[in-house]
Amino acid sequence: MKFEHKLYLGLGVFFALIVAIYWFWSGESGGSTLLLASALLGLVPGAYLGWWAMRMKPRPEDVEDPTREESAGIVGAFPTYTIWPFVMGMGAFMIGLAMVFGSWTLVIGFAFVISAAISVTLESKRGGAV
Amino acid sequence: MTLLEQKGEASSHLPVEHHQGPTGYYRWLSSTDHKVIGKNYMYTSLVFMLIAGLMAMLIRTQLASPNSTFVSQQTYNELFTIHGSMMLYLFAGPFAFGGFANYLIPLQIGAPDMAFPRLNALSYWLYLTGGITMLLGFFTASGAAAFGWVGYAPLSSSTNSPGAGPDLWIVSIALVGFSGIFTGVNLVTTIFYLRAPGMTMFRMPIFTWNMLVTGLLILIAFPVLTAALIMLYADRHFGTHVYSVKGGGSPVLWQNLFWFFGHPEVYILALPFFGMVSEIFPVFSKKPIFGYKGLVFATLAIAGLSTGVWAHHMFTTGTVLLPFFSALSLLIAVPTGIKIFTWIGTMWGGQLDFKAPMTWAVGFIVAFTMGGITGVFLASPPIDFATHDTYFVVAHFHQVLLGTTIFAGFAGFFFWYPKLTGRMYREKLAKLQFWMVFIGFNLTFLPQYLLGLRGMPRRIAVYSTTDHFTFLNRLSTAGAYLTAIGFVVFLINMWVSWRSPIKAPDNPWDGHSLEWATTSPPPSHNFHRVPPIRSTRPTWDMNHPEHADGRVRTEAELAGEVLE
Repeated sequence: MKFEHKLYLGLGVFFALIVAIYWFWSGESGGSTLLLASALLGLVPGAYLGWWAMRMKPRPEDVEDPTREESAGIVGAFPTYTIWPFVMGMGAFMIGLAMVFGSWTLVIGFAFVISAAISVTLESKRGGAV
Repeated sequence: MTLLEQKGEASSHLPVEHHQGPTGYYRWLSSTDHKVIGKNYMYTSLVFMLIAGLMAMLIRTQLASPNSTFVSQQTYNELFTIHGSMMLYLFAGPFAFGGFANYLIPLQIGAPDMAFPRLNALSYWLYLTGGITMLLGFFTASGAAAFGWVGYAPLSSSTNSPGAGPDLWIVSIALVGFSGIFTGVNLVTTIFYLRAPGMTMFRMPIFTWNMLVTGLLILIAFPVLTAALIMLYADRHFGTHVYSVKGGGSPVLWQNLFWFFGHPEVYILALPFFGMVSEIFPVFSKKPIFGYKGLVFATLAIAGLSTGVWAHHMFTTGTVLLPFFSALSLLIAVPTGIKIFTWIGTMWGGQLDFKAPMTWAVGFIVAFTMGGITGVFLASPPIDFATHDTYFVVAHFHQVLLGTTIFAGFAGFFFWYPKLTGRMYREKLAKLQFWMVFIGFNLTFLPQYLLGLRGMPRRIAVYSTTDHFTFLNRLSTAGAYLTAIGFVVFLINMWVSWRSPIKAPDNPWDGHSLEWATTSPPPSHNFHRVPPIRSTRPTWDMNHPEHADGRVRTEAELAGEVLE
C-alpha cells in the first residue's frame, strides 16, 4: 500500500510543479485549472492511501516473500452472471438517443437505468458475504 | 450468483467448475467474467476497425486521381470524420484498455476477476451502444458528423453543422467516454487491490504497469472530454455561448479542453501497446526484460509529461505559450527513447525467434520510430507553422498510431490468441499479413510526408492536375489497397483457425508471466492454482527452476515457517 500511496502522491507533486510553472509563465487560466485538477487527482487519493498505509500491516501482495499463513484468506466476492449491467447499458443508450431525437424514449431509458441500479445494489448486497 | 474466492498459493483446492451458468445468447448478455467481456471488447473493436478501414479505402480512392468525383465533398467530410472518430474512440483505445487489459490484467496479477465485474460489463454495453450511435449518423437525413474527429468550434455549432448527425456524434462519444472512465477506475482498483500474494508493484509485468498508468491517464483525460461535449451540446441546443464569440465565449476554449483530453489520449492509445511489445520481446529473445525499472519510470514520465503538452496541437492559433509546450513536447522524446533502447537491449544477444508476434513487434519499432521522429520535428514551432494541417501531419500521426495499434496490436493479438481461444493461428498467414501490411503501410504514408512538404492540405476532397500531387497520391492509394488485402489475409487466418482448429498448448511460447501458468483458455475465475511469485517471471521460474530469477522455498522450509 505504501508504494501505491507514493505513486499517486508523486504524480500529484509533479502536476503541482507543472501548474506552478505554467501559471506564472503564461497566466492562462483554463489550462492552469485543468492542471490543478490533475494535481488534486494525484494528491487526494495519494493522501487517502497514505492514511490507510500508516494504519495497516503490509498486505501479502506488498511483501517480497509472504508465508503461506499470510497468503491465506478470501480475496473477495465476485458475481458470475447478472443481466442488470446490460439493462442499465440499454437504458443509457435510450437516454442518449432521446438527447438527439427528443422523444419519449427518455422515460423508458430512465426506468431501465433506475430499475437496474436498484436491482444491482440489492443483488450485490445479497451476494456480498465478504 | 456470487462466488467467494480464496487467495493465492493456498487455493489449490478450488473446485474446477464452480457453477453451471446460463448458456447461449443469455450467457453473452449477462456474463461478468472479465475474459468474456475482454473478448467482446476485442472482437467488437476489430469490427469497428474494419468498418473504419473501409472508409479509409473510400477516402484513398477519392484521392487517387485529380478532380475526382468518386464521392461528393459532403460525403468525403463525413467519411474522414467518422473514420478518425471510429479509429480513435472505438478501435484504438477500447481494443487495448477494454480488450487486452480486461482480459490480461487479472491473469497477469493472479486475480480471479476485475475489481468491479458489474461495472466492467456496463462499460462494455456503453461502448457497444456508443459505437452504434456513431454509425447511426449515416442513416439520418443530414448525414453523419462532418467536422473532423476533433469537432472544432465554431464549425461544430448548430448553425454550421445542423442536424442529428453531429448530435449523435456527441452522444456517442459521451457514452464511449463514460465507458472509458469506468474501465479506468476498474483497472487502477484491480491493480492496487487484487494482486496475488508476493506480486509486489515491482514484480508486475510491464504490460500491467503500462495499463495502470493508462488507467490514471484515462481518469485525468476522459472527464475533461465528457464535460466539453456536454457544453458543446448545451451550445447547440440550450443557447449557451461557451464556444461562440457572440455571447462572450471562446472557440479556442474547445481546442484547449479537447486537446487536454486529446494529447493524453495519444498516450492512452500508445502505452498499452508499448506494454504488449515489452511482454513479447523478452519471451522471443529468451531473456528477462532489459531495464525493468527504467521502463516503469519512463512510462510514468511519459504519462506526466503528456498531460502538459496539449497545446502543441494549437501552435498556429497564436494563443498559446510556445516555449513551454515546445519544451515539454521535446522532452517526451527522452522517456520514449529510453523505451526503444530497452527493447533493443532486450533483444541484444538473445536467442531471437521470429515467430509472428516477434515479427510484428519488430515492425512496430520501425514504424513507431519513424512516426516518433517526425513528431519531434513537429514539436518545434517553426516547423509546425510550415507543416500544420498538411499531409505531413497526417503521415506523422498515422505512422505513430498504426505503428502502435496495428503493428504492436497484432503482435499482441497473435501472441495471446492461443490463450484467448485455445487455438493456434496459422503462422504463414500471419507473416504474409505482416509483410503486406508493412509494405502497404510504408507505401501509403511515406509519400504523404512529401505531399505535406509540397503543401497538400489535410481534409481536402479534390485537388487539381496543376498541383502535381497526383503521382504521390496514386502511390499512397496503392499502398492503402495493399494494406487492405493484408487484412483480408487476417480474416482468412481467423476463419481457418476457427474452422479447422489446431489445439493450443497452455504455454506455447514458454512465456514469463502468470497468464501462461493457467490453461488455454483459462477456467472461469482464472486459476486452479497460482504459482508462487518470487520474481518478475513467475511462470518462467516455475518451468525452469534451474534458471529461476527468484528462489521459491521448499515445502519443508514452508512447513517450518508455519510452525514458527
